[in-house]
Amino acid sequence: MRSSPESGSRARRGRIASYLFIAPAIAGCLIFTVYPLVFNFYLSAVKWDLLSGSRRFVGIANFARLLGSPAFLAVLSNTALYMAVVVLVSISAALLLAASLKESTKLNAFVQSAVFTPHIISLVSVSILWMWIMEPEYGLLNFLLGMLGLPPSRWLESPDSALASLMIVGVWKTVGYNALVLLAGIQSIPASVYEAARLDKAGKASTFFRVTLPLLSPSLFFLVIVNVASSFQVFDSVSVMTQGGPMDSTNLLVHWIYQTGFEYYRIGEAAAGSVFLFVIVALATFLNFRIVSGRIHYQ
Amino acid sequence: MAERIIPGPGARSAARLAGSALRAAILVAISAVFVFPFLWMLTTSFKTLGETIVFPPRLLPESWKPENYELAWKNGRFPTYLFNSVFISLSILACQLVVVVPAAYAFACRAFAGKKLLFGLVLCGLMIPGQATFLPIYLLFSELGLIDTYAALIAPMAASSFGIFLIAQSFRQVPLEIIEAARLDKAGTFKLIARILMPMAKPALITFALFSFIAHWNDYFWTLSMTTSDAIRTLPIGVAMLKNVENVKSWHVIMAGNMILVAPILAIYLLASKYIKTAFTYSGVK
Repeated sequence: MRSSPESGSRARRGRIASYLFIAPAIAGCLIFTVYPLVFNFYLSAVKWDLLSGSRRFVGIANFARLLGSPAFLAVLSNTALYMAVVVLVSISAALLLAASLKESTKLNAFVQSAVFTPHIISLVSVSILWMWIMEPEYGLLNFLLGMLGLPPSRWLESPDSALASLMIVGVWKTVGYNALVLLAGIQSIPASVYEAARLDKAGKASTFFRVTLPLLSPSLFFLVIVNVASSFQVFDSVSVMTQGGPMDSTNLLVHWIYQTGFEYYRIGEAAAGSVFLFVIVALATFLNFRIVSGRIHYQ
Repeated sequence: MAERIIPGPGARSAARLAGSALRAAILVAISAVFVFPFLWMLTTSFKTLGETIVFPPRLLPESWKPENYELAWKNGRFPTYLFNSVFISLSILACQLVVVVPAAYAFACRAFAGKKLLFGLVLCGLMIPGQATFLPIYLLFSELGLIDTYAALIAPMAASSFGIFLIAQSFRQVPLEIIEAARLDKAGTFKLIARILMPMAKPALITFALFSFIAHWNDYFWTLSMTTSDAIRTLPIGVAMLKNVENVKSWHVIMAGNMILVAPILAIYLLASKYIKTAFTYSGVK
């Protein structure tokens, strides 16, 4: 160690170095997360036509127009419906799967890897694959329905079934991820807890509902939040499979924002639509932080 | 386990055997729901057009036709798309490591004013998706003339919040005495990071690299938003366009194109499924 006056300047240099190490990361966060969030609020309050370049301040007129437009309200309610069904079905199915896969056998390991596969494949690939499987004339799914004695469906080509078809794809892609997160949660429950339940002569069902489920609630809560945020943001499958149709039945929020901004060049309205996405995602993010920091704290 | 503890009479163990066979059958059926579609894609990619329009459908082609891959490859600009996908995914990863590792080091191992607040700022990026920021960034980039450039696809990904979070976590596991000893040896900071911290954080680095590569290989939304030119676009867009190119839906060619997009990821998954499962379930960041 050097003498004390020099170590003072060394400490100062050390502090400056610390900021230099984080500078690129902070700059990235400011430019690509904070700035767009703030600028988007400004955009949502202007009427900006990209083609003519005219821009003027309109206050909350964009929001008023969107909330008065049945088409946009349909987009919001379709998005909420998509989200609710995908989150509910995917997490319930994952819970059943995780509960039946908790012992570490070779078969269980294989099933885990199998159900997880769709999660790492691009949603574009998954969408195209399912378009082929849901093809009304020659597709695999109608063939399977026929084998079960059920009538065929038009799947993506009918406004009655298109949104449900997207939900099937959404569930298929996420259930494996959810199952693995829940499985990790189940496996971290100490064996002594189950031992105690066994000594109390608790049955399988009551052990599940009274022991497993409550101890799993942090993982479940975490998954609900992550799934709500990610299904609210769904775009790829809409863009590839339906482009929002038929008859706007699958026009979900992000696709609507994309269309309004990039195809109709109505930037102000698109930005106002983005604010709805912000609110949902920000809420989910806030709740998620509380859980993530809670996890770090207690481990 | 339970079987060994309470050895039941013959009838009961036969029932248990039937039960576990039933359970295995159900689990295999569930696996098939998730794996069979990929098999269906594979066999379709080797069929003829005629074989894709028969009902009832058949699993295997009469003779395997590799021509579909040639057709898909020549359709549009597949060689360009493939190059761009590889180049962009790897460039993003390289830039991320340059930005993320020093930041993770500072957050994990150094003390400075405002550390908590700044770390909170970084974490903000953890769940704000591109879908919520693309419009202002598009306008910014078009003002700067950056639309249709690699920079527009790479730069926004460099400051990965997930990477900083994950790698800082594992740097914190390194015992303080080791870091102090390195400082007393007057080892430079660069040496400390490269020779001591990074080797000890290897599992986290591999996890992050796999996560980042797969996520950006699969990206569609961001690339679609920031580009209009085929010269900059990637495989997911190429494959998505393949289905619009031909009047009659040529599912055999489309599935061949799709196989080109999926195969590298499936190959990585087969080789490193354990790492990948950890990478993607670590903190639920998608």
